[in-house]
Amino acid sequence: MKSPRTPPFLARDSYRLRRLMDAARFLPIFGFVLLLLPLMREDPETGAASTASEGVYLFAIWLALIFGTWLMSRGLRKVFDEPEKTPPKTLDAGRKD
Amino acid sequence: MSFNLLVLTCLAYVALLFAVASLAERSAEDGRAGWLRSPLVYTLSLSVYCTAWTFYGAVGYAARSGLEFMTIYLGPTLVFVGWWVVLRKLVRIGRENRVTSIADFISSRYGKSNLLGVIVTLLCISAGTPYIALQLQSIAQSFTVFVTDIDSAPVAGDRTLIALWVAMGLAFFTIVFGTRNLDANEQHHGVVTAIALEAVVKLVALLAVGVFVVWGVADGPADMLARIDAQALPEWQIQPGRWTGLILLSAIAIITLPRMFQVLVVENVNDKHLATASWAFPTYMFAISLFVLPIAAIGMELMPAGANPDMFVMTLPLALGRDDLALLAFLGGFSAATSMVIVASLALATMVSNHIVVPLWLRLRTAQGQDTGDMRLLVLNVRRLSISIVLGLGYLYYTLSGGSEALAAIGLIAFVGVAQILPALLGALFWRGASRTGAALGLVAGAAIWAYTLLLPSFGAGIILPAHVMADGLLGLPWLRPYSLFGLTTLDPLLHALFWSLLVNALAFCLGSFLSFPSPIERVQGALFVNIYDRPGLARSWSRPMAQAEDLLSMAQRIIGVKSAQGFFQAQAAAQGKAGFLPDITPEFLEALELKLAGSVGAATAHAMIAQSAGTAVVSVEDLMAVASETAQIMEYSSQLEAQSEELSRTARKLREANDKLRKLSVQKDAFLSQISHELRTPMTSIRAFSEILMEADGLSAEEQAHFAEVIHDESIRLTRLLDDLLDLSVLEHGQVQLDVAPANLRKLIDQAITSSKSVQAQRHFRILRSRDDEEVMITTDGGRLTQVFINILSNARKYCTSETPEMHIQVRRAQDLIEIDFTDNGSGIPTASQSLIFEKFSRLTDSLQAGGAGLGLAICREIMQNLGGDIIYVPGQGGASFRVSFPRVLSLPAPRKDAAE
Repeated sequence: MKSPRTPPFLARDSYRLRRLMDAARFLPIFGFVLLLLPLMREDPETGAASTASEGVYLFAIWLALIFGTWLMSRGLRKVFDEPEKTPPKTLDAGRKD
Repeated sequence: MSFNLLVLTCLAYVALLFAVASLAERSAEDGRAGWLRSPLVYTLSLSVYCTAWTFYGAVGYAARSGLEFMTIYLGPTLVFVGWWVVLRKLVRIGRENRVTSIADFISSRYGKSNLLGVIVTLLCISAGTPYIALQLQSIAQSFTVFVTDIDSAPVAGDRTLIALWVAMGLAFFTIVFGTRNLDANEQHHGVVTAIALEAVVKLVALLAVGVFVVWGVADGPADMLARIDAQALPEWQIQPGRWTGLILLSAIAIITLPRMFQVLVVENVNDKHLATASWAFPTYMFAISLFVLPIAAIGMELMPAGANPDMFVMTLPLALGRDDLALLAFLGGFSAATSMVIVASLALATMVSNHIVVPLWLRLRTAQGQDTGDMRLLVLNVRRLSISIVLGLGYLYYTLSGGSEALAAIGLIAFVGVAQILPALLGALFWRGASRTGAALGLVAGAAIWAYTLLLPSFGAGIILPAHVMADGLLGLPWLRPYSLFGLTTLDPLLHALFWSLLVNALAFCLGSFLSFPSPIERVQGALFVNIYDRPGLARSWSRPMAQAEDLLSMAQRIIGVKSAQGFFQAQAAAQGKAGFLPDITPEFLEALELKLAGSVGAATAHAMIAQSAGTAVVSVEDLMAVASETAQIMEYSSQLEAQSEELSRTARKLREANDKLRKLSVQKDAFLSQISHELRTPMTSIRAFSEILMEADGLSAEEQAHFAEVIHDESIRLTRLLDDLLDLSVLEHGQVQLDVAPANLRKLIDQAITSSKSVQAQRHFRILRSRDDEEVMITTDGGRLTQVFINILSNARKYCTSETPEMHIQVRRAQDLIEIDFTDNGSGIPTASQSLIFEKFSRLTDSLQAGGAGLGLAICREIMQNLGGDIIYVPGQGGASFRVSFPRVLSLPAPRKDAAE
């Protein structure tokens, strides 16, 4: 995965990865705040928000969150690739509880 | 549609599930389970979150409350979007510690406390049983909705009967695929694959109905949105409190629901799958909820007033003449219900068997002194029984509660119940200081408040909680009213219960953790859980690929010996029908080997070693603790041995010393005897020779006779003196000497000694240098003996001083009560090598004839001085021979004899 020519950029790679982790931590918080927006909106005429438009808004946010997570998970996947191999698990080594 | 057709469809569907599950099991057994472990299957299995309550109920929920139904999916979406924070850690810990359920997770984090396991299990059962009942109800309900022909009405109309059959069928399925084997990781490929299939069925069903509604009934999305707004009720207005609270609540529930924990953590085979599920599962939920509101709106528009909105998914296609869609929807609901019931009963049964039944059974057996024997079959049977019990409870709950009203709200009530696990769970993940006591207190307090403020009142006033308690509070105290504790009246009952139970739970959890002191294993587990990432590869480094029989053989040889190990392996191979030394690595063989090794190194170590070699399992902290305690025992034993051997070697050293001393004494004695005989023999020889000459004295002149007689006389005197000396020495050495202690003037004693010693080599003139003033000391001691010492020293000086003009310097010093006298001559002194010998018996440095003594003088002097409580030493480097005599000024009897033993 890492060719011998990349070492100068290793630090930058891991820096990117760490910032990506930060982003992954922040995303649900932003998502939560965005999902609360319908609480603070109402139609000035009727005094009530339109269920349809709020629904569209919520689904749009939902989709955006999914898309963002998808983007990030592609980067974060690297963390698992390096050390991990699927351990064998066919043998019972004596857990008897 | 006929009831029989419906039943046939169900049976065909169930048969498909069986086929898929057994196919998956077989692939897994053959090791061809690659596709079973794909992230897709993992993601789809997570859909057990979407139950029949979701499938049917969401539309009803939307019809009643508008967008609020979305909260049930938005909360989990946020959790999965933030998977990096909580889920990743949860899954990693769960996999590395081979956690079998959420109760196991909590109990193993807090020091493998079974108490916590029991608490969590009971909580999960009390929250889960009504939930299972809800699924049974929805299946039964969907049957009755569907069946229209009169003939089958007696059967199809009997919901209780249908629920019973469904419960029994599900119990059968779960037992077959959930307890096929007792896997170390508690993973069930058959079940998971079947669940994944069901996830597809329910999604397709709901999407099909949704697409039909939006594009078949309505005129596309725009028209749909307009129709939704047209149907909007005032109640559809989003309520801020419930909106926020329900998002949080469902976010909590996705982590703490036992069935979610089962598929999310226990059935996870690879951390990486979570990265896919992080976006794929929200996508699934997105798709599931996309058409809920349209179906609800169209249902409200087209269905007659009073129709149950919970059943719109089926009744709407039915009413519009789309029986095929309705059947698909029925199957979707059926699959949603069955998947939930299967996983939930599996998870609950695992908890019940692991934390309640098996510990109890073991305790009973131990109490009766019976061997615990093979646990494998027992655990499987217990689990089968537990599944039946859990489903039986669900069915019982359903028949008892009967009406749908009590059950409709049970989904969220169960959410609040399992949410009580959250503080302990988060503490387990992120707070090392969280303690067992805190977790137990928090769980119990939270569960109690949940039961009092939500679960019990949900049955209705007067069913469990008396009406007056509901109205006036417990014991008539208004601030204890279940729905408004402490006067909190503005929250609706659900939020009210969520708020109070989690608040008190977290408070008790924190306080309990602050004030209690965790046990060592608790702290170790805490560190292990919280710092799971800090030791990358530590646990995994132990999980090597599966052990080869060769490796095991070489390990066993190291422990039980080459011959014995090879014999054992050969016998095991023969038992498997194989020739040679290398049997197949079967669990049975490993168990036998472990037992064999345990005989040598102790059970815990053997288990740890096998686990390491087999590479399947992380060595648990308990294993390590057991190893440590065994090691401690061995160390204690060996330190005892060490102490014993040290004592032995000490004794041996003493014996050796004593032996050396004895040998030296024996040598001394021999030397002494030979010296004595030599000393006695010399004068005797001359006496004999001269007396023989005298006897034949015929030709001897008188002068000659006189001379010979004088020689004989001298020799006999010398002999007598020698014998006197020996006697003296013997008396002195044995401390039998009678000391004549009296006051005396030191100067006079020295005067006397000088006078006496003048007779020795009287021709030599000695210059004596002394200070008479210093010598004017009155002493109380045996003056005669002291003078004897002085005479000896002075005589020696006269004999051996090599100087042409010999001088003797006598110095007297008084140091408090001690008198020191230095006798220093100006001769050549005594060679350093000989200085240590001069006080020994017969240690004459020069020829005996020249000295004219037996060499006992200084030995006697030393004995005398020691009898007088003093000493005589040789002081080197004084320009000649120098002897220092020291003794107490006043001798107090009995004299403290130094080294009397010698």
